[in-house]
Amino acid sequence: MSNIVLETKGLTKYFYDPIQFQVLKSIDMSINHGEFVSIVGKSGCGKSTLLYLLSTMDTDYEGEIYMHEELVTGKSDKELAQIRNEKIGFVFQFHYLLSEYNVLKNVMLPGMKLNKLSEEEIEHNAMQHLKTLEMQDQALKMPNQLSGGQKQRVAIARALINNPLIIMGDEPTGNLDKKNSDIVFDIFKHLTQDHNQTILVVTHDNDFAARTQRTITMEDGRIIT
Amino acid sequence: MNFKLIINIALHLLRARLKQTVVAGVGVTFGIAMFITLVSFMNGLNDLLDGLMLNRTPHVRLYNEIKPSENQPISYAENYKNNTNFIASVKPKDRGKAIYNCKSIIHDLKQDKRIVDVAPKITAPVFFNSGTIEISGVINGIDVLAEEKLFKISEYIIEGQIPDLLENNSIIIGKGLANKMLLKKGDIIKVTTSKGNLASLKIVGISQVGISEIDDVMSYTSLVTAQKLLGEPTNYITDIQVKAFDITTAPALAKEFALKYDLDAIDYQTTNSQFETGSSVRSIISYAVGIVLLIVAGFGIYNILNMMIFEKMDSIAILKATGFSGNDVKWIFISLSMVIGIAGGILGLVFGYVFSSIIDVVPFNTAALPTIKTYPVNYNPMFYVIGITFALVTTFIAGLFPALKASRIDPVEIIRGK
Repeated sequence: MSNIVLETKGLTKYFYDPIQFQVLKSIDMSINHGEFVSIVGKSGCGKSTLLYLLSTMDTDYEGEIYMHEELVTGKSDKELAQIRNEKIGFVFQFHYLLSEYNVLKNVMLPGMKLNKLSEEEIEHNAMQHLKTLEMQDQALKMPNQLSGGQKQRVAIARALINNPLIIMGDEPTGNLDKKNSDIVFDIFKHLTQDHNQTILVVTHDNDFAARTQRTITMEDGRIIT
Repeated sequence: MNFKLIINIALHLLRARLKQTVVAGVGVTFGIAMFITLVSFMNGLNDLLDGLMLNRTPHVRLYNEIKPSENQPISYAENYKNNTNFIASVKPKDRGKAIYNCKSIIHDLKQDKRIVDVAPKITAPVFFNSGTIEISGVINGIDVLAEEKLFKISEYIIEGQIPDLLENNSIIIGKGLANKMLLKKGDIIKVTTSKGNLASLKIVGISQVGISEIDDVMSYTSLVTAQKLLGEPTNYITDIQVKAFDITTAPALAKEFALKYDLDAIDYQTTNSQFETGSSVRSIISYAVGIVLLIVAGFGIYNILNMMIFEKMDSIAILKATGFSGNDVKWIFISLSMVIGIAGGILGLVFGYVFSSIIDVVPFNTAALPTIKTYPVNYNPMFYVIGITFALVTTFIAGLFPALKASRIDPVEIIRGK
């Protein structure tokens, strides 16, 4: 198996509302296993749009996306959900924890959906991830009892629960102060270095981007570097 | 699909909105409880009214009617065979009320597998004498045991016992008749038939149907006593009453027997057409009201789920992002609705039963219905099955539309909107 985790061929996307507008212009890119990549660019350059295409949640595009050399384009809603569940971990700008569940259950949820391990094993793994993120003491709290930085760490633990191929982040530090941003960056760094985890992050925080292994800069729907 | 997880998520969503959930559930409970109560009560009432009139009527009654001969003498005349004959002033012919060969007809009917049982009967107009006053009435000579089995006449006997009729020269008279003639159980009553025969009969009971026209004239005695009174032999019978297993076959049976035994036959449906209409209209009304209540409850669930979806947009988006397909999300919301439906429905059945039981013990005394002491209620399990089925169907449909909406939510739109 090759080392490429994610690859796109001629990825093109239009917005139709209010007028037809080409957001992405034939994007070809690839991400290797174990890379920590950031995408930067001005607001409106299409970097978030690109991420959502890669995440398989947005299916309205032209071109092809390959994940581990497997064509993702054109799969059914159910298959895509399965791929997101198993192979992709998400960290968004906003934490998106379910307020009905406690921290531990939130982390466990994608694992329960995957349904490959027993509940005890998932719980054990979830605790392990919380421990590496130094959140084990908060495991039984409800999300609304946590600070913003803590919530984001729980979201990272949730992204990790199914040992995904790639973690995708959409401005994961956008809502955080400098100190918490650094913590999140260190966690990502640690994951790539120690666990060889592939990470793709969209950000407009140039400091953050500068410290990643590779930076993709976008402008007007094209990759320029 | 992992239903355990889906139901777990649904329950957590419900718990977060406990108050609204309870309101929605109470809506269903109320709807089902009222449906059960209403239908049970209405059907109890129908049964009571049916029992009053319909159960006392045989499904098929065989008798000789006074009517004109179907073949008038002219039709036997060879000369006029091919003509169309008009006959004026035709008079009816009395062929006698007795049914000929009744023993073998009864025997034959008893062999018929479609028939529960047969009860022979003699009806004759008589005069009851009280001093110099004569009161006209009707005497029914009945086969006591068969009559009791088929028509439960003991339910209308307010004094005395039905088996006492088996004694010679005993009679049970209607309440109205007893009141008018100042008679009570144990007294002797003098009876004159239309042919002038006079007899003294001992009153062993008083009956009350609740319809004064009947109670004022009706009396019962055994077949043997009636035959003796009328001076007729022991094979004298004026009516054969038939009870079929399936009442809907009565019209067909009536036609068949009329032809087979050369008698007149009238079926239950023809005799009681107005009663049937009344019963079915009452049933329709009670079902309609119950179903409307459930539909209203269904709208309540629909509203609450719709609101919940708007509140839970973020949760739906993240569920989808972390690998729940549209289908999974749909089932989460359907099971949410079904949980409300099942819990509300089962509680509704319980409350429906409780309300019915309460109605069942409310005193209901009416002079017209001597044996009825409380309001009638029919505890047919079928009503409960219909109730819970309808609750589940309604909540499923009420949940389906919001669920489909939730399944179509585009997570990208919500996540980017932040």
